[in-house]
Amino acid sequence: MADQQVDARGLNCPMPIVKTAQAVKALTSGQTLEILATDPGSVKDFAAWSKSTGNELVEQTVDGGVYRFVMRKK
Amino acid sequence: MDEPINFVAFSGTDDRLQALAVMTAGAAALGQRVNIFLQYWALDAFSKAKIDLDHGLAPEAGPEGRAKVDALAKAGQASWADTLRMAKDLGEIDIEACSLSMDLLGLEESDLDPLVDGVEGVTAFYLNAGEGRIVFI
Repeated sequence: MADQQVDARGLNCPMPIVKTAQAVKALTSGQTLEILATDPGSVKDFAAWSKSTGNELVEQTVDGGVYRFVMRKK
Repeated sequence: MDEPINFVAFSGTDDRLQALAVMTAGAAALGQRVNIFLQYWALDAFSKAKIDLDHGLAPEAGPEGRAKVDALAKAGQASWADTLRMAKDLGEIDIEACSLSMDLLGLEESDLDPLVDGVEGVTAFYLNAGEGRIVFI
């Protein structure tokens, strides 16, 4: 179970990443965030965001058009 | 990414301002500093009197484009102004009005929406841009 959740379903680019960045700011190092999104661009965006910010993408699944990501704050 | 990314916003239609807002919010999420320099019709759209009005779309949108933009807004897409407010909460975003355009439009600083941080000339813009990329919208 992640420490926090962000429900970005139905939101367009760049809101899933913007809401994730906001939520990660409030976490402490090592805590995790679960994000749900329906924006197909979010797959590449989360990978790029993780690479650029150093926050780890620890899980990534897709189920019925809903993308689920788990990030761990660096 | 020590250098900021710098947007010169010239056009004042809602679609181009939405593009500006999306690019800015994405950069903010990456921890990238952003400078925005508002000229001409983009500046006009940031006046208190006009920020909430319909600013139309770029000519290439046509009626079909209008319908698509309206559908996205109806589905809950944040306005460009709200997207920029979110970006400013998240990151280091500085929005400056071009002083020449202020004169052209007959605007005072008090006429501008609080999203705008101040008024500067092109020299200050270049100085703050440093070696960062400059994008014209």
